[in-house]
Amino acid sequence: MSDVKKFMYLNRRAPYGAIYAWESLEVVLIGAAFDQEVSLMFVDDGVYQLVKGSDTSESDMKNFMPTYRTLGDYGVRHMFVDKASLEARGLTQDDLIEVAWEDWETEEEVDNIVELVETDQAAQLLSDSDVVFSF
Amino acid sequence: MGTITVDGKELEVDEEGYLANINDWVPGVAEVMAKEDELELTDEHWDIINFLREYYEEYQIAPAVRVLTKAVGKKLGKDKGNSKYLYGLFPYGPGKQACRYAGLPKPTGCV
Repeated sequence: MSDVKKFMYLNRRAPYGAIYAWESLEVVLIGAAFDQEVSLMFVDDGVYQLVKGSDTSESDMKNFMPTYRTLGDYGVRHMFVDKASLEARGLTQDDLIEVAWEDWETEEEVDNIVELVETDQAAQLLSDSDVVFSF
Repeated sequence: MGTITVDGKELEVDEEGYLANINDWVPGVAEVMAKEDELELTDEHWDIINFLREYYEEYQIAPAVRVLTKAVGKKLGKDKGNSKYLYGLFPYGPGKQACRYAGLPKPTGCV
């Protein structure tokens, strides 16, 4: 298909305290119906969206952390994390959730689509995208 | 907001008939809703309802219908993972109707 566009969802904010992360996630879930090539990028405080073991029971917010793990089923192919942003917050890939992806027709599987990238690589990925949604 | 009566208890539902509080759910909810729709629930219906509840438990969302279709095919067999089979069970749409019976919110992106 020649009309497949590269969609990139750029996430720069912490998951709770504001609605941006959840809104971004909802748009990804809805947008999945359009059969585009979808990637997510996590930069700055956005990396906190993927830190495992978050507990929102003391707050009024829904814990949507588990929802990220189903994104592979919604056709999301890549979840890029800016390595420098992660390191600046004292975090490593071990602190992040894993998201599996599987092609239901070919049964091709990827155990984890969460991938660390260098900042210049992140910039390149953004400029290679046809559409960038920034949250 | 309306209510439905299940096992003698009044449970709140929203304007589209979805349970207001997922924690209110008991199997009787599906039975009562199905009766209103004049649908008899079979084991095949319960397979889908239980599947949806497990999916929600794990991912905290109601799946989009095409994700549901694929996941059902994977878990319950390819003969069940198609929209013809699912619409046969839930004529008002597997996403909407089955999620309602399962006490889940309306699937994200479903209008």
